[in-house]
Amino acid sequence: MRTFPWGAQWLTMLLLALSGVSILHAQTPDETFVAALGELREATYDDKAALVERLTQSGHASVSAVLTALMEDRLFFRNDDQKVFVGATPEGDSIKLIDPLSLKESGSAPPDSLTKIGTNNGLRRTLRFALARFKLASPDPSVRLEAVRDLNQSLDEATVPILKERAAKETDAGVKKEIETGLALAALDGMDSAAKLAAINTLSSSVSQEVRNRLALLYEKAEDGSYAEPDEKVRTAATTAVYGIDQWRTFYSAIETLFFGLSLGSVLILIAIGLAITFGVMGVINMAHGELMMLGAYTTYTVQLMMPNNIGLSILVAIPAAFIVSGLAGVLMERTIIRFLYGRPLETLLATFGVSLILQQTVRSIFSANNRSVLTPDWMSGSVRINDALAITSNRLYIVLFTLIVFTLILAVLKRTRIGLDIRAVSQNRAMAKAMGIRTEWVDAMTFGLGSGIAGVAGVALSQLTNVGPNLGQSYIIDSFMVVVFGGVGNLWGAFIGGASMGIVNKLLEPYAGAVLAKIVVLVALILFIQARPRGLFPPTGRGTEDK
Amino acid sequence: MLEKDKVAVVFGCWTSVSRKSVLPVFEKDNGLLFYPVQYEGEESSKNVIYTGAAPNQQAIPAVDYLMKEGVKRWVLEGTDYVYPRTTNKVLEAYLKSKGVAAADIQINYTPFGHSDWQTRVAAIKKFGTAGKKTAVVSTINGDANVPFYKELGNQKVSAQDIPVVAFSVGEEELAGVDTKPLVGHLAAWNYFQSVSSPVNKTFIDQWHAYTKNPKRTTNDPMEATYIGFNLWVKAVEKAKTTDVTKVIAALPGLETPNLTGGMAKLLPNHHITKPVLIGEVKADGQFNVVSKSPGLVAGDAWSDFLPGSKDIEADWVTLNCGNYNKTTKKCSGQNYK
Repeated sequence: MRTFPWGAQWLTMLLLALSGVSILHAQTPDETFVAALGELREATYDDKAALVERLTQSGHASVSAVLTALMEDRLFFRNDDQKVFVGATPEGDSIKLIDPLSLKESGSAPPDSLTKIGTNNGLRRTLRFALARFKLASPDPSVRLEAVRDLNQSLDEATVPILKERAAKETDAGVKKEIETGLALAALDGMDSAAKLAAINTLSSSVSQEVRNRLALLYEKAEDGSYAEPDEKVRTAATTAVYGIDQWRTFYSAIETLFFGLSLGSVLILIAIGLAITFGVMGVINMAHGELMMLGAYTTYTVQLMMPNNIGLSILVAIPAAFIVSGLAGVLMERTIIRFLYGRPLETLLATFGVSLILQQTVRSIFSANNRSVLTPDWMSGSVRINDALAITSNRLYIVLFTLIVFTLILAVLKRTRIGLDIRAVSQNRAMAKAMGIRTEWVDAMTFGLGSGIAGVAGVALSQLTNVGPNLGQSYIIDSFMVVVFGGVGNLWGAFIGGASMGIVNKLLEPYAGAVLAKIVVLVALILFIQARPRGLFPPTGRGTEDK
Repeated sequence: MLEKDKVAVVFGCWTSVSRKSVLPVFEKDNGLLFYPVQYEGEESSKNVIYTGAAPNQQAIPAVDYLMKEGVKRWVLEGTDYVYPRTTNKVLEAYLKSKGVAAADIQINYTPFGHSDWQTRVAAIKKFGTAGKKTAVVSTINGDANVPFYKELGNQKVSAQDIPVVAFSVGEEELAGVDTKPLVGHLAAWNYFQSVSSPVNKTFIDQWHAYTKNPKRTTNDPMEATYIGFNLWVKAVEKAKTTDVTKVIAALPGLETPNLTGGMAKLLPNHHITKPVLIGEVKADGQFNVVSKSPGLVAGDAWSDFLPGSKDIEADWVTLNCGNYNKTTKKCSGQNYK
């Protein structure tokens, strides 16, 4: 009788011990993982960040998949049983569910029955750094490069060994260099002076702002006069390295400013080329020029509406389409209004101003007064990264290239083709051209159509830079007139040089004077210039000038 | 309208300039204006009911949220006119009172419709890589916003690294925009269409039925107008007349439900109580609310953070004055000067 309870007690203990073992056993890694996942449901953003850390440390096979889902807004929990699922898509009529543990599909559910586990910027940043560890194993070197950059921003005891491990295996030179930068940055936190000197040596070839700031900390003086870095040799090396980096950064920032100027200039050139033709060659002050650009931008929008699955291609289709739409509008304007007003600049100005209002209102009636959303194709977004100090935005780069192409084409049309010859002949001496059998009226219409078509093409470019709305044209018309007047009426090269120099001067001034003042300074300078050279940079020659 | 048709009440005005322009007329002819847009504060008129947010109901809570998120450096980027200038003045004083050094604040203004943001974004990027977490507080107006966000996206300034909080980018503004580069950036309002509450759902359904377009968005100034109209109806019921003087007297203290929960109460300073919401832009142009004020915030006409207006109080019930100086105990009369 006595032994039985003792035996039972012993048995219970054994059972308890066994179950304890089994609990402990299950705690790694599935249970930790599921527990942390469950807590995600109700946690605040700060707690979620801690949970992300716990998930990462659980070492479970599906951590990366779950964290990616959280990052991409497709981690849900089911309302009736509170179970957490990964969704295949963030939204939709019915969301396919994936079990977070096995990563196998487990049915689908309507979005109403699911609650999304939300993130905010701070949390997504944490997630990005956590995911970077997994991305290091990616076969794509560019993904690895991004991952190393992220890890370099979050160096600690956990990430440094990962980087070291990767450095041994890494084959891509660019990624390897980035890892070395990260390891050198980490070495600066150590105590070993020799290692620090070697690290500074590695880092001195970098041009990144983060590296510069980290190095600058080394020779910073604390308030009590002591240095953060005790070794003087390290301090001197850091000072030299920072000086070198600053030199390079100044150089690259000058290049950057120059590019900014050039890209602003190319937008100005693009909008001024068309005007240089209508205003310059024909002498028509076309106040509706901006609205013809607006038509081009709306054409882009319409083309995108028609081919929603080919946004990348739509821009290329939109260029000829916009040329035709705006060109036809231009020819129509010329035939119905402007041709009756040749030689009466004031009336032309008023009439075309009226046309511009009509066009604006038409667009308002058709597309509504709200701005329309024109998508930027993927190949035009982002930037081309030259190095840590210099990155050139793709859309601006394309627009600079595009401007050069349009400019060359127009020049070729005017110089090499029959219609170009006719246009030049009529603009130089109308009566003589007529006597030689050129249909001047037809040429007038074509010239105006050409100028308007180019305005439309400029509109396609502008749709990638700014709002597409009824007021698009108004905001650019003054700038384009300024370029034409500055460059010299009737000269394409004038428009080119004028636009580029105005863009660069504007951008050189902006960092010092601010955008508002820079614009005023440019305007005043232009007025003074026109006072000195009333005919602009490249004064026109030909029949038109002899009259004046 | 006031002189000829003798209208009892006007709901309207959009920009601060338009409000400042009609103000003297409303005061001279004793009209009643419900102004539904968020504005810069520093004003309180007997004849105007401000149902939009004052800076302490929008700008300051947004800055508080970012401070909590660890932001130490600030760029105050605005369009060059009265609302950004006043708001930034209030914010600058507020940040300094919270111990932010002057070197950690950068203030810049650009002209209306500014479309070439390359230099500014590069400058913000540079300012943001100085080692401390940086955020941009944007009071950029209307059309200049899209190129700004596009440039941010292209120069790879992500909302995770340098978030931008805006006070005039709402659902209606996002409707005409490619939202890709904006995702994750913040906006502070007192109402978001995405807030799920029964009243809000009814309101949105009614709006869709009225516009016959299920894609039309609702936004903050619409809620403010809705509140304003309900307040006026209640005041008329209470005063049993539409006579302006009597309605104005009846208004303070009245309450009407907000669309996002809680009651909007009209305060003696002619501002109302509002919840403050901070949302992150989602890819579909709606907002994901990431922070909500614990209770309702009372609109403060005269900011407590500006030296000139600290002592000033507006009270149309006991003091009958929109510009009362607590230290000198004087009412300065016309307050829009």
